[in-house]
Amino acid sequence: MTEDFFQGYKGSALEVLKKFNVRVWSQATIETTRGLFKGSILPRAENNDDQHIVLKIASGYNVGIDISTILKMEETGYKKAVYKIPEKEFPFTPGFPKVKLLGTGGTIASRLDYRTGAVIPAFTPGELYGAVPELADICNLSTEKLFAVFSENMGPEQYKKLAIAIGQEIENGIDGIIIGHGTDTLHHTGAALTFMVQNSPVPIILVGSQRSSDRPSSDAALNLMHAATAAGHGDIAEVLISMFGPTSDEYGMLHRGTRVRKMHSSYRSTFRTIGDIPVATVTRNGVVPLKKEYNHRRKDRNVKIMPFFDDRVAIVYYYPNMKPDIIDSLVDNGYKGIVIAGTGLGHVNKPIYPSIERAAREGVHIYMTVQTLWGYVHMFVYDTGRDLMAKGIIPAENMLPEVAYIKLGWALGQTHDREEVRRIMLTPVNDEITPREPYNGYLVYQGGVKEVEDFIRRFHK
Amino acid sequence: MSKSFDPRTNYEATRKAIGYVPRKEATQADYDRIGFMSGLEVHQQLLTKEKLFCRCPAGIYQGEEYDAEVIRHMRPTLSELGEYDGTALMEFKTRKEIVYRIKNETACTYEVDDTPPFKMDREALDIAIQISLMAKLNIVGEVHITRKQYLDGSIPTGFQRTAIIGVEGEIYLKHKKVRLIQLSLEEDSCREISDIGHIRVYKTDRLGMPLIETVTYPDCVNPEEVREACNYIRFLARSTGKVRVGIGAARQDVNVSCRGGTRVEIKGVAHTKWIPELTHNECFRQWALLHIRDLLAKQVKHQDSWKMQIHELDLPSFKTSYAPIKNARGKGHFLLAINLPGFQGILSHFTQPGKMFADELTDRLKVIACIEKPNMTHSEEIDSCLSKTEWNRIRNALQAEPGDAQVLIWGPSDDRKTAMETIDERCRMAFTLVPNETRKSFEDGTTIFERVLPGADRMYPDTDSQPIPLDNTHIENLGKDLPGEVIERYHQMKKWDIPEDTYTYIFRNNLFLLIDKISNELAMEPRFVGAFFGHTLKHVEGTYQRSKEFRYEQVLELFRFLKEKGIDLRLAGKIIPVVYEHPKMDFESILTMLKFKKIQPEVIKSAIPFLVQKYTPLRRLSTHEDKINWIMGQLNKSALGNISLAMLKSEIEKNVS
Repeated sequence: MTEDFFQGYKGSALEVLKKFNVRVWSQATIETTRGLFKGSILPRAENNDDQHIVLKIASGYNVGIDISTILKMEETGYKKAVYKIPEKEFPFTPGFPKVKLLGTGGTIASRLDYRTGAVIPAFTPGELYGAVPELADICNLSTEKLFAVFSENMGPEQYKKLAIAIGQEIENGIDGIIIGHGTDTLHHTGAALTFMVQNSPVPIILVGSQRSSDRPSSDAALNLMHAATAAGHGDIAEVLISMFGPTSDEYGMLHRGTRVRKMHSSYRSTFRTIGDIPVATVTRNGVVPLKKEYNHRRKDRNVKIMPFFDDRVAIVYYYPNMKPDIIDSLVDNGYKGIVIAGTGLGHVNKPIYPSIERAAREGVHIYMTVQTLWGYVHMFVYDTGRDLMAKGIIPAENMLPEVAYIKLGWALGQTHDREEVRRIMLTPVNDEITPREPYNGYLVYQGGVKEVEDFIRRFHK
Repeated sequence: MSKSFDPRTNYEATRKAIGYVPRKEATQADYDRIGFMSGLEVHQQLLTKEKLFCRCPAGIYQGEEYDAEVIRHMRPTLSELGEYDGTALMEFKTRKEIVYRIKNETACTYEVDDTPPFKMDREALDIAIQISLMAKLNIVGEVHITRKQYLDGSIPTGFQRTAIIGVEGEIYLKHKKVRLIQLSLEEDSCREISDIGHIRVYKTDRLGMPLIETVTYPDCVNPEEVREACNYIRFLARSTGKVRVGIGAARQDVNVSCRGGTRVEIKGVAHTKWIPELTHNECFRQWALLHIRDLLAKQVKHQDSWKMQIHELDLPSFKTSYAPIKNARGKGHFLLAINLPGFQGILSHFTQPGKMFADELTDRLKVIACIEKPNMTHSEEIDSCLSKTEWNRIRNALQAEPGDAQVLIWGPSDDRKTAMETIDERCRMAFTLVPNETRKSFEDGTTIFERVLPGADRMYPDTDSQPIPLDNTHIENLGKDLPGEVIERYHQMKKWDIPEDTYTYIFRNNLFLLIDKISNELAMEPRFVGAFFGHTLKHVEGTYQRSKEFRYEQVLELFRFLKEKGIDLRLAGKIIPVVYEHPKMDFESILTMLKFKKIQPEVIKSAIPFLVQKYTPLRRLSTHEDKINWIMGQLNKSALGNISLAMLKSEIEKNVS
């Protein structure tokens, strides 16, 4: 392979570099109509324009030089940067629990290439130890990289592979499992694994980070420590998501994979249990259960792996004036399952009734959830609801729309029998449907109110 | 030697040995002898409506009240060489819990790093470009936002977003040129509320406000030059009228080294007038540390195998009358005696006026091990806290040799290990170098250790933002209405014969153009106008309470009013304090309030003969001079505003023979 001397440069900027024979990573002196600039030429991000050349000046800053101002350029030296995460052997401590970290991608453990700004994943135990040495005080860690995809690219194939890998780890005697994952679809994977890995004797902890670990204030290190604690020492043998409780560096929360949702695009404390309370809180000192009932850790290895998924399933987020062709096009395209996120108690408008009837007639499984996220579908309250049920829509109680989507795909992966699918859908595996909603399961407090402001002032956000 | 060792004598002797001279007596020869070298990093807040990377209002400060608190811990991240930055490691050692106090009006989720940055404020960027043009910097083609790591918690992200606007410029002082390295546009940091033990508290109101940093080469060779360069850079920015003024709006870090020393950064110097004393003392402190190194080379033969001896003392049973140690009892604190082989005469070695080498140790114990002062006493205190018997007991326990020195440290048990490492590390550094550090300044011109100086490895690209191209047309447009240069204005004021002691005031408040305008429009003497601002108004500022509505332009209106009314301009001095406090009052009302009556000069003059008569019987000391002064005094009140004093005096002189 020939070496790329002009990393990321294209078009006019590339021509200028070639014309003056100046390579990326070389030290250069550039005469411009705006004065003299000196520094090392850096690679250019691929999506940036072709009108500028990036230079790292002596003080460590980067600046861009407008190529139309360049009079002369000269290479005065060359030093290619090779960035590598230092590896330190992860120490083995007798008596500590064995924890496996399965990597899927995402920013949970990555390092920034300081010159280019590219993110390099830190993944091997040695690399992780170099980044978060405290992990060695919690467990004996081993790692395996299953895939390297961003959160949004996780899908049924990955869910199935993960479930199978988890099953093998459990059979091999692991004490706990951590899954490093991007945060955007962490809750989808949480639901998928809850259905695909049943009766696990050990904790399966999904973890991500909202701030990449190359930042001093990243939540990655603390999230990893919390996950390691929950996986290695916790008593809750379920699929859980471990992320920040408050945005402060104080404690994490363990959420059931079926009742959790990412609720803010950028907050650290973005994951919230919906319609219930989180299962537990976690600090480096251990797990403190908040719920009395949960699946306890066991010595046996009797896990049941059910890696099924039919991906001909869609979520339809209802909006006023939705046209019937939305539903029709799904049926025409061969979809077998539709989860509707309806308004209020679970409603859609009349004009799409014929499409729903047709879908049901053609064997499509349609489930109703609520876009309010909190609360149950109640289709008996209004005529609309009763009409819809008569046309074949099945209310999915208080299952979250994303969870219903995952579960329907998983159910259809096993059977297409209408009654069997219905039985699977409405029999909770782990609280995706709860018989009751506790009074403290819905707490979206509003600022400005005195007692809320008093609370915020007293406790760290 | 040990028997006769007297710390006070040693302190005086070492000060003499390094040739310390107080600044007032120092000459250029002194600075040349120790190789004084200094440069600046001048920070200036820009006058924008919003903060740099979010839409919060800029320039609103909160008091003690706050709406919420957020806690963060800062972790060091690896440099590109796979090493931890020195500062990073130190900050990690301190294990600080950082608390941010947030007020809704002044901070959003961006400030506490729960939202990525918004687009850079254009207003701030344009002001920064203009100031860069004025400082003759080469403007970059594309602005790249860079992250600069700060682990002290002063920025919740752990890094400051900063971007270079221009490089390689220059400014001209009275007698020399100072080169500029760069000008960057960056977000301001939090304000520290407290830093006690392991908890540091910040408020987030100032955080994110646009700030420019102008960095010079270390071209200054004496403390006065540093001040002059600093003033110039500040005045340059102010002359745009687009920067913030007031407490904290401009701050500077001063870099100092002596020959053979190290670049040490004195942080956050609030007033330029502190600069000379601070740089003077810092240069001599480094010179003293080099002297210490030379002494240690003789006193400690095998520096590689140098090892301090540690003896754990039982705090509850340790007999002493020294209050800080007594107070530490019952809190589970440790008490350690440490022997420093070969350090006799070092602990009490002069470093700064009123400070000795031992202070370098106690300062670091506070910052790195987080042990509040007093945290240490030692065998070379000028007024020893322990008795001779106590020290002898300690020396015996440590099996100390003559020529050694001892320190006693105490503090929370959790901090014991870091405390020992800190003492060991600082003592070892004394063998070889002046530590690379940032220091905090005090009004008396001394400094204390603040942090280890970070390296260049803490810069990396901000992956959350796009580069901003700066095209030629835009820069040309911004360059069209730049104010005149500070140095040209300086020479112009000289030409106008405006008293030099007013320049700082005039530049600081950006009054040059106004003086020029008043002199032109009202055909007044620039010298008079300049002095009116730099003397009269400056005095008023120091004496009266400024109203928020007061504007300097009102001086022009006042002069115009007086001119039109034919009132002597000197009355402005009486009126201005009222305008300053009540800018909304009209001038007529002020005149009424001051009981000013318009009197024809002839009427005043006509009173002179009567007063000449009246004087003699009243006064015993009858001299010509006294007579004139007395009559002047009698007429002063009615003369003010109606007849100039010079004219009045000559009139009186005519009558007094």
